[in-house]
Formats: sequence, structure tokens, C-alpha cells
Amino acid sequence: MEIKLKNKTKAALSTIAIALFLILIYAADNGMFSGSSWRMFITVIEKGAIFALVAASMNLLNGFTGLFSLGQAGFMLMGAYSYAIFTIPAASHDTVYQYFDGGIIKWSIVEILENKMGIAGHYLGIFLPMIFAGLLVAGVAYLIAIPVLRLKSDYLAIATLGFAEILRAFFQWNTLGPVTNGSNVLRKYTTYESAIFPVIIAGICIAIIFLLINSTYGRAFKAIRDDEIAAEAMGINLFKHKSMSFVISSFFAGISGALLAMFQTTISATPFTTQMTYEILLIVVIGGIGSISGSVIGAFLFTASAEWWLRGLDSGRWLGISSGIMRPGFRKVVFAILIMMIVLFYARGIMGDKEFSWDRFVNWWRSRPGAIKAWPDKLKANSEARKKARTAKAVAKAKAKEDKADSEKKKSSGIPLFTPLPMSDEVIIFDKEGN
Amino acid sequence: MDNRQVVLKLSDLTMQFGGVVAVDNLNLVLHKNEILGLIGPNGAGKTTAFNCITGVYEPTNGSIEINGEIVIENYPKGKMKEEYKGLNAGKYTKSLVMLPDKITKLGVARTFQNIRLFKGMTVLENVLVAMHMNQEESVFGATFRSRKARREEKAMRAEALELLEKVGLYENRDDLSTSLPYGKQRHLEIARALATHPTILLLDEPAAGMNPQESDELMKFIGEIRDKFDLSILMIEHHMQVIMGICEHIYVLNYGGQIADGTPAEIQSNPAVIEAYLGGDE
Repeated sequence: MEIKLKNKTKAALSTIAIALFLILIYAADNGMFSGSSWRMFITVIEKGAIFALVAASMNLLNGFTGLFSLGQAGFMLMGAYSYAIFTIPAASHDTVYQYFDGGIIKWSIVEILENKMGIAGHYLGIFLPMIFAGLLVAGVAYLIAIPVLRLKSDYLAIATLGFAEILRAFFQWNTLGPVTNGSNVLRKYTTYESAIFPVIIAGICIAIIFLLINSTYGRAFKAIRDDEIAAEAMGINLFKHKSMSFVISSFFAGISGALLAMFQTTISATPFTTQMTYEILLIVVIGGIGSISGSVIGAFLFTASAEWWLRGLDSGRWLGISSGIMRPGFRKVVFAILIMMIVLFYARGIMGDKEFSWDRFVNWWRSRPGAIKAWPDKLKANSEARKKARTAKAVAKAKAKEDKADSEKKKSSGIPLFTPLPMSDEVIIFDKEGN
Repeated sequence: MDNRQVVLKLSDLTMQFGGVVAVDNLNLVLHKNEILGLIGPNGAGKTTAFNCITGVYEPTNGSIEINGEIVIENYPKGKMKEEYKGLNAGKYTKSLVMLPDKITKLGVARTFQNIRLFKGMTVLENVLVAMHMNQEESVFGATFRSRKARREEKAMRAEALELLEKVGLYENRDDLSTSLPYGKQRHLEIARALATHPTILLLDEPAAGMNPQESDELMKFIGEIRDKFDLSILMIEHHMQVIMGICEHIYVLNYGGQIADGTPAEIQSNPAVIEAYLGGDE
């Protein structure tokens, strides 16, 4: 029987889950648990949140509007740079821009606002450049959308990929050095202090994407994905809606870029290659094309596997197994095999095109496969069997002791001992012909 | 002569793809509340004519008038200047194109020959999509569920449910559109078209693949929606039974050209139609 939870119950469950999650992060981040695993946990949570955001933004485009775009890394790069450039403290400009005479911009928004508003200014100083990064990326995305959105499917993918590469080259251009520091890294800019920050920002942004998808505009996006010609015949302006989706997706990619800059504390254009776009695409595919919650789950699984769980495969020892083949790079082999398995057995990703819901979770829990369901009973039966065996053994032991004591008593009292035949279940049959 | 208001008028409509003239000089008039049939053998250019009316194709020559206003007009340009094989080459001088979504906003809705429902969506959502174009709230307001957005969404849902009730799909409202039986998918396509508040409805082979009983029901249904929604209907159909039973006036196309028009009785006895369409030896 299907269970349907009340809306209030669902809201309560969600609130509790989110609160527990945040408390866990807060506790781990403030060193309330010891051990390097918790440090790793925080790293995975931070990076996972950032990748969850960019994967959700890519899913909005690829999974919900049906636009196969591969420009996400380029937009992240742009977001990361535009955040970093405006938040480098004035005093650090000379060291950061050492090849460009301290650069053109000699101020930092964070410092300006800090001087005016104190600690609130500090956070506003982080928040505003982040939003600005998103808006700038969205603006550029709109300009790119005008020529690019005339193309469809694979052609669109190639064109967006090309634009992403152009953006990367552009930011490494030496002539722009006084602003972007050329091909040198940007560093010393202001970053967040707590792991809660990226989680909350990414959470809010993903919630906004989720709300958008469930609005009438989201329905129009899905209509374009399912059938462009029919969508157009239903009065949906294709260019308007496609560019809307493209721009919104880029906005969030820009924000996630800014978060990534803060996470990494140094930023350069080199790592934002197509490889990174493919990683994001991989997260989207693993999680399920057309499922935001799938993207989030996929992002955390991907990050945890890449950064943490499979690390040991590179250093020679993993899950207590040591082997000569576990050399640097072996992790990627295992990872590739895992991904192939997922694609083969979960062709539509972990979540397919469904979203997480408490209803489904509860029903899944009730109807989980027999083996898992039988687990607790089996455990119980096992422990009971063991208990029985233990008592039987104890009884036998006590009896043996008693017998022994009895025989000793008999021995000492001088009564001749009757030696019984050895008790045995086995009957030895001698071979007739042998003897 | 028919003195009802003219809602759709095609003048010298010609559509040429490379050297092939798909629609050749089609002149057609649709009056208010009329059910008009467009028939012809396969490849006669019926669907191409539909695509021109709805803005999917840009016609090579000719004009299209909706409610007395010319909305699409074109003349052979560029390479077509030399290659053009149709008539009335110099008659039109303006080039006016309109995208399908604008045409839909003018009150022309259509269905498709091979059903084009939104596969990933439920029946209700399919209808709601068609109502999106009338939404006034911006994407920002809709995302953050402003009061206006909530009001609009509520009104949309109420209207969509009412519409589904009218076409007999209310029980199936939460089913996935592709899980419906074939006949109901056709009904849903029509419901979705009606959700755009059309005054002119273009039906592209609505009875395709239906058995005689289903097509009888469909005939009745088309007549009903014409009255309920105050529509003028132009339909392409191969089922002679449907066409002859419901249409007041019929146009016959063959190889893009218009070979006859008249009442069903006239068409049935027209020798040119019998030869071209029903076969010479019948």
C-alpha cells in the first residue's frame, strides 16, 4: 500500500533533515570531531555543494530545456575571476599583480564596505561581488545566446564548448594582465570562513532553480525539451524561453564559479578546461538528466569518490588492501569502471527524471528488496541461535564438570571404575576381504 | 454566396522547395463557424499549406489573411527569383513573416498529423503549457510565487480542468500523456489547441488510425467543440466518411494545385476529383 504523508509532516521532515545537516557541518567545521576524516568530510561538503549548484544549473539547460550546452566551465571561470578581482585587499595588489605594476584596480569592495559598515560590510562585500559575478556572466551569456541558440543539439554543444574555450583564452590574455593578471594566478582575495557559507548559498540557488522549474516558465522549458515544434505552436516563443534558460543557467554557473574561487583560495584559468565541463556533465548524467535532486546527490557522490573514498587507490592502500597496482592514476581506472557500471545498470541516472520526495522515500523504505528487509529478522535469528548455542554449551560444560566430580568421588571412595565404551556416532565397518 | 465573416483567407499561396512546388497557387476562404475540409492524395501539399498558415514555413509567394488582416505575405526573392515556377510572380511586393508563436497568439491553433504531445508531462500539464502564453507575470515573479503568479496559476488550473472535463479527459488528468490510448491522445491534442483560446482551429488528420466507431465519435466531438468554443475549423482528412459527414465545404488539392472546391455533394460527383483522388477506374 502506498503511503501518502501530510504536507505538514513532509515540511517537518525536511526542516529536521536540513537542520541536522547544517548542525553536522557546523560541528565538523569547528573541530568538534577529531580525525582527518572529518576534515575531508568538510572539504567534500564544500566542493560538493559548489558542484551541486553548477550541475543543477547545467541540468536546467540540458535536462529541462533540452539545450545540449557545454559552456559551463567557461561561465564558472568568468564568475571566479570577476569575484576574485574585486576582493583582493589593496595592500596585496603589489604582490599579486607583481608583473603588472600592481594592476589597475587598487581597491577591494570588501575593505571599502568594511570601513563603512564593519562586520556587516564584510559579508556584504563578499555577497555583492558574488551576485555581480553572476550578473556579468548572465550578460555575457545573453550575448553568446544570440548567435548560438540558432543551433540545435550537437552543433549547439560544439559552439558553446568553443565559447568556453575562448573565454579561457581571453582571461589568460597578457594584454588584459592589469585586470586578470594574465596567465598568473589570482590569490589573497577574501574568502568565506565557514563551510556553512557555500552550503547555504548553493542551497538557496538550487531552491530557486527548483522553484523556477516548477513555475509555468519551467513547464514551457520542458515543453521545448519534449517537442520544439509543438511548443512553438502552443504560443511559446522559442528564442525568448531558450535564452531565458541559458541566461539563468549561466547566472548560477557564475555564482558557483565565485564560490569555487573562494573554496580554492587561488584561481587561474588553466583548470577550467573542457574536462571540467565533462565532469559536471557526468554529475548530471549520474544523478539523472531532468532531476535537480539527482544532480545534488550526484555532485556529492562524485566529489566524495574523487576526493576521498577512492583516494587510497592512488597511494597503494585502500580498504586495508595493499597492492602494487595501486599506483597514482589507478583511481581513475576504477572510477571509469564505476561510471560504466552506472551507465549500464542505471541508464537514466540515480534519480531518472524524478525528484526526491518524502513520499517516495518512505514507500521505498517499506518496499525495499527482500534481502534488505529480511536483514533485521535475520540478525535477530542469528543472535538467538548463538544465544541458544551458548546456553547449550554452558549446560554441557556444567554437566561435564558434575560428571567429573562424580567420578573423582567414586574413585576416591574405592569403587572400581566402570569404563563405558566410547560414545561415537560413527560405526566402523571393517572390510570383509581386507582381513 | 456566403455572407458570413471571413476569418482566414489564403491568396495565391505558393510554397516551393528547391524545384518542387509543394503548394501551388492555393486560394482558400474560411468563414466564421464553418467546417472546411482540405483533401487530396498523399503528397498533395495539404500539410505544407498548414505549415504555411501557422508560420512554420515562409511561403514563397502569396499572402495569408487572418480576421481581415494580412499577417503573412511573401514574394520570390534571391535564388527563388529565377527558379520560381508558380503563378502571379509579380503580384506581391511585401515580405511579411510571422513566427508560429505569434500566429498562435492571433488565435490560430493546430493539431499535428503525427501526434506531438509533450511526452514527459501529464495530461493536465500538457494543457497548462498551452496557457502559458497568456501569462502576464514575469519569470522573476513566477519563480518567487508572487501573489499575481499564484492567482494566475490557480486560474489556469481551474480553466484547464474545466477544459479537460469538456473533452472527457478529466479522469485521466494526472496520467502521463503518452500512456493514454490513441484516441484519447487525439482528444488531448485538440484540448491543448483549445487551451490557447483560438478562433480558428486547424486539424491535421484528426481521424488518422481510428476505427469507424471512433471516427464517428470524433465527428460528433468536432461539431460539439465548434459550437461550444465558437470556432471556425479547417481540417485535413483522409477518411471520406468524416469529411463528407461533417464539412460544409471542401477543397481538393492534387500535386500542390487546387483542382476543385464545393459542397460534399458537388465534390463527390466532380469527375476531376474522382479521377485524381479517388482513382480513375472507380
